Amino acid sequence: MSDPIVKISGLNKWYGDFHVLRDVDLDVRKGERIVICGPSGSGKSTLIRCINALEEFQEGEIVVDGIELGPNLKHVDAVRREVGMVFQSFNLFPHLTVLDNCTLAPIWVRNIPKKDAEAAAMKFLERVKIPHQANKFPGQMSGGQQQRVAIARALTMNPKVMLFDEPTSALDPEMVKEVLDTMVDLAEEGMTMLVVTHEMGFAREVANRVVFMDAGQIIEANTPNEFFAAPQHARTKLFLSQILR
Amino acid sequence: MSDIASSSFVRQDLLTERPAPVKTTGFVGLMRTRLFNSPTNILLTIVGALLLWFTIVPSVRFLLVDAVWSGKDRTACLTENAGFAVGACWPYIQAKLPQLIYGFYPEAERWRVNLTFVLAVVLLVPLLVPRLPAKGLNASLFFVAFPIVAFFLLHGGGIKGFGLSWTAGLLELFDESISGAGQALLSLSKTSAAGPLLWLVGSLIVLVGTAIHWLILPLIWLRDQIQGAGQSLWADFAVTAAVVCLIAFGLGGGLRTGWRALASSIAAFVAIAAVIKLMGLDRGGLPVVTTNLWGGLLVTLVVSVTGIVTSLPIGIALALGRRSTIPLIRIFSIAFIEFWRGVPLITVLFFATYMLPLFLPGNFTVDGLVRALIGIALFTGAYQAENVRGGLAAIPRGQGEAAAALGLSWWKTTSLIVLPQALRHVIPNLVNSFISLFKDTSLVSIVALFDLLGSLRASFSDPKWSTPSTAFTGFAFAGIIYFIFCFGMSRYSLFVEHRLNAHRRN
Repeated sequence: MSDPIVKISGLNKWYGDFHVLRDVDLDVRKGERIVICGPSGSGKSTLIRCINALEEFQEGEIVVDGIELGPNLKHVDAVRREVGMVFQSFNLFPHLTVLDNCTLAPIWVRNIPKKDAEAAAMKFLERVKIPHQANKFPGQMSGGQQQRVAIARALTMNPKVMLFDEPTSALDPEMVKEVLDTMVDLAEEGMTMLVVTHEMGFAREVANRVVFMDAGQIIEANTPNEFFAAPQHARTKLFLSQILR
Repeated sequence: MSDIASSSFVRQDLLTERPAPVKTTGFVGLMRTRLFNSPTNILLTIVGALLLWFTIVPSVRFLLVDAVWSGKDRTACLTENAGFAVGACWPYIQAKLPQLIYGFYPEAERWRVNLTFVLAVVLLVPLLVPRLPAKGLNASLFFVAFPIVAFFLLHGGGIKGFGLSWTAGLLELFDESISGAGQALLSLSKTSAAGPLLWLVGSLIVLVGTAIHWLILPLIWLRDQIQGAGQSLWADFAVTAAVVCLIAFGLGGGLRTGWRALASSIAAFVAIAAVIKLMGLDRGGLPVVTTNLWGGLLVTLVVSVTGIVTSLPIGIALALGRRSTIPLIRIFSIAFIEFWRGVPLITVLFFATYMLPLFLPGNFTVDGLVRALIGIALFTGAYQAENVRGGLAAIPRGQGEAAAALGLSWWKTTSLIVLPQALRHVIPNLVNSFISLFKDTSLVSIVALFDLLGSLRASFSDPKWSTPSTAFTGFAFAGIIYFIFCFGMSRYSLFVEHRLNAHRRN
């Protein structure tokens, strides 16, 4: 067993008086694929947004690839360079072409020359199967294509960990599959992934571990087989009975 | 039942496209669907046509048909001499045109104004045409080099020192004011109730002043040496050029990648030297024409172009400041914006022109035109800040989050992601402010600056051209000039908007 690449310990977060995350402990090993599920408002998105410091937290510690992210949020930039993120609403930059979306961060954060950055970006666009759309603007593409560009954009920074915040929730049913296929490919290449999703098929197929959250705490974490076949906690059973009909 | 049996339907042949009926397209279609399709629209069409008839026909009559086109003085534009009811009196504009363009700028020096106009057009037009290359060089020439050259062209005069003496002079002034403040506190401490505290702060400040004095001593010594020698300007220039080139070389990456930065800074200094030599700035430059002699379109353009170019950066800075999480910056920005928005421009101009000199130290004077320029730039900057803030508010939070997640810093997120989108959203508002600024420049005539409108009003009092239609002709002419500039800005902004919003078209 290798050392955890993401180590979350004793994480607590409040929005004002509201206690969103309660004593969350989670270790993610290199190459591990974790699916986080749970009812809405259970703190799943907040949890993964804490990992790249999009959210502040008040207590606890997150260590990403040996870089410590305390409550005072030092080393934020160093962590963000190593962690890629894909959002529910894509958040592509609408005023830039697909190619420029993918070269922006390598050029301005890693100081890579423009030519090299474009060559690398094209490689990633090929990987998500949209190289021929490189000069289009995001607004001219379908949701599924946009989300695949967003994945490519995150990959151009060569992240060690990828976070997915409900990547398929804003998509038409027809487009969910193309995005999930891209994510399965990525998983097969050995990427460390934390995925917040309701796609239980994806969880069964790809995940090493499924984490169920409710009311800001981890209720149950298990391998997908165990998790779906024999859920232990009553809340998990109820949740699964609601969504697996 | 056969009805139910035939309710299943499978299309065999797909229908082909057919042209629309004639009645819905073309001129007939327009008449039928847009102009005469309901009683209200018929009424509106008739009223509109009448309105056009009653405005356009008299205007054309006044400006063209009934106009007098040639003559030496007012007699040509009098009804009894012309033989018809006279409209516009164009020979009057012809005779007063120099005054309307240059004001009281000495006749022998007017080539300088013309040259400035030509330079401005030569630099501005390629900047506005997107297809032409070298935008960076062009922009730096227009926004940095041109204002300096234009100043020495229009105002005249030479320079005695260069970067080194300016830096030394500025630091000296800074040091003197610090020491002065410290001394003032020390003398106050003898009489004040909070004496010891004041004395402590005062001596601390004096100590800082003395420290700065010793720090800048080598620089001042070097300046005095250079000033003592002959050719002081060129010696100063050489030292400044060497220092700046070395810094550029170092910042550019030194021996490995700094050559490009070194070459461009050397090129810049060669260009500066050429300009200094060409304009004879080292030998006193062109004869000085003080700004109270400037006037007409010259003043209008100087004020509006300076206002437009300076107000946008001020506005962006204030808008970002207003959204800052640092309380001091936010409070300053809000106070600044609300203050300038709450005060009429006329008050600002009056204050800048007549009250500011009372507050400044005795030997410190700022030119009247510059005072008005600063007032207008800050005033418009506050308005632009609110325009830009509107654009910033329209950017979804996810954009900033996505940029942050990629590791971009706040500055890079703002300049690469947020501002480009925000400014595109508010191009119409920004240009709206530019246009209103262009017209508001006519207010400077109340603080004794003769812009286009001021020069025009001054020319009304000439008895040589006093006819019943002089004033109408003059205002019509000024109106046409203002309209050309404002309409040009408006059309250009539409073009830019259309071009920059390519991503919103499918």
